[in-house]
Amino acid sequence: MNAENLEQYRPYLLRYALLQLRDPQLAADVVQETLLAALDGATFSGKSSRKTWLTGILKHKIIDVLRRQARERPLADGDDASEAEAADALFADDGHWRQFPADWGDPEKSFEDKKFREVFEMCARVMPLRLARAFTLREVMELSTDEICKELAVTPTNLWVMLHRARLLLRECLEIRWFGNRT
Amino acid sequence: MKMNWFELSCKQASVLLSQAQERRLGLLERSRLRLHLLACDGCTHFRQQLLFIRAFVRRYRDGDLPD
Repeated sequence: MNAENLEQYRPYLLRYALLQLRDPQLAADVVQETLLAALDGATFSGKSSRKTWLTGILKHKIIDVLRRQARERPLADGDDASEAEAADALFADDGHWRQFPADWGDPEKSFEDKKFREVFEMCARVMPLRLARAFTLREVMELSTDEICKELAVTPTNLWVMLHRARLLLRECLEIRWFGNRT
Repeated sequence: MKMNWFELSCKQASVLLSQAQERRLGLLERSRLRLHLLACDGCTHFRQQLLFIRAFVRRYRDGDLPD
């Protein structure tokens, strides 16, 4: 594997790492480590695509970082209460939406628009850290429930609650910042 | 508003719609959800939005979006 061949994957790997880690410097570091490991390694078997192979290495590096972060600064107990509050605020006492979710129309229209990507990046950045982590482990890294529960030391029921809250807050942000302004 | 045991609130329906992305819902859960969605545009939109978000995140990650 030569360096030039690998370099073409850097933008993809960076986007992937940044989605998960939300820290540009940290993302750049794990991508650099991934590319170096790929240059060194003879582990590429040719059975999977290069992209899949590199993604596999990157996932391991990202999980190492997340474990290190979890050791260095464990998430506070107060997080659950403030997350619950943010998500519960979206519903009235009788369980109705305070603001009914709107029709977002044809997804392709938004996917084509570069401004939508910026709004999405902003909404992903402001999501509470613990929720963002659960959400991206699920949606970006596509880990199984069991794997995520192990990483975050939560039960499946806890995880589902976290993912539900993450999705509620993300869709609320997108609706206000993007779909609310469009018409 | 008083509901019978079978009816879901929007909040409960949104929980099931989110969990449907993680696991296969049971028969009773699906029936209750179907009934709720028939009458609720908000939750129907929420369901579409979850699919929208999942599709977008993967395509964004993979750089699979139009230039």
